[in-house]
Amino acid sequence: MLNLEFVIEGGDFTKAGQASSEVKQILKQINIPPAHIKRIAVAMYEAEVNVVAHAYKGKMSVFIDPSKVYLKIEDEGPGIPNIEQAMQEGFSTATEAVRQMGFGAGMGLPNMKKNVDEMQVTSEVGKGTIVELTTYIT
Amino acid sequence: MGNRPVSKINVDTKQDKKRNMKLKEIIEKLNLTVICANDQFENEVSGGYCSDLLSDVMGNATEGQIWITIQVHKNIIAVASLKELSAIVIVKGLEPGEDTIETAKKENIVLLSSNETAFDLAGKLYGLIN
Repeated sequence: MLNLEFVIEGGDFTKAGQASSEVKQILKQINIPPAHIKRIAVAMYEAEVNVVAHAYKGKMSVFIDPSKVYLKIEDEGPGIPNIEQAMQEGFSTATEAVRQMGFGAGMGLPNMKKNVDEMQVTSEVGKGTIVELTTYIT
Repeated sequence: MGNRPVSKINVDTKQDKKRNMKLKEIIEKLNLTVICANDQFENEVSGGYCSDLLSDVMGNATEGQIWITIQVHKNIIAVASLKELSAIVIVKGLEPGEDTIETAKKENIVLLSSNETAFDLAGKLYGLIN
């Protein structure tokens, strides 16, 4: 069992993707099958970018055992009032500045869902959001 | 003998198959400017993807493709790296900032540019590899 933790800074787009890149390298080093790595990379990048785009700060915890890769991304931020709505493709609350960079297309949460086996979103308005992503290694 | 008309045609059996081209051939044929690259010129390009939405590229581009975009900020490098794309082509003569170029070098990502529009360049690339 491998357990790693990465800090994600809210609002800092210069570092967006850094945690995901580091985790991807580790997954490669420990020989997780490439097909799994590709999908996990998409999901965790989206989760990381969401923290950068919406929250004040957050962390990504990675738990790896021979049967699965489990990612937990928790942030201190505004929270999501309506998770069902947020899960809809195209729905976004991103600012205009964020959208101009090509983020905020409302594809983040749907991209996560498409690329993992299990996904859970827990959120409290005014406090923060927890996204849990599980991929089973078969 | 000798009275029968003889016709001979060389049939190109590769005609219908998708061509896998090397990055250097594509750079040459599409007249692309190399902003930064390391030793990837012999790499094979599997296709192309054209989009300015980062999540769209994350969700739908596949390994080995060339990504055509008008985005120039440094976050495009993380996307190309995570998706293992063969190169990013910035179109319309737009210039990436120093920080984008520095990140590309650090992450070993091929950054190219073209004066053409995304539509024109994508059309030519499609013609080359399909």
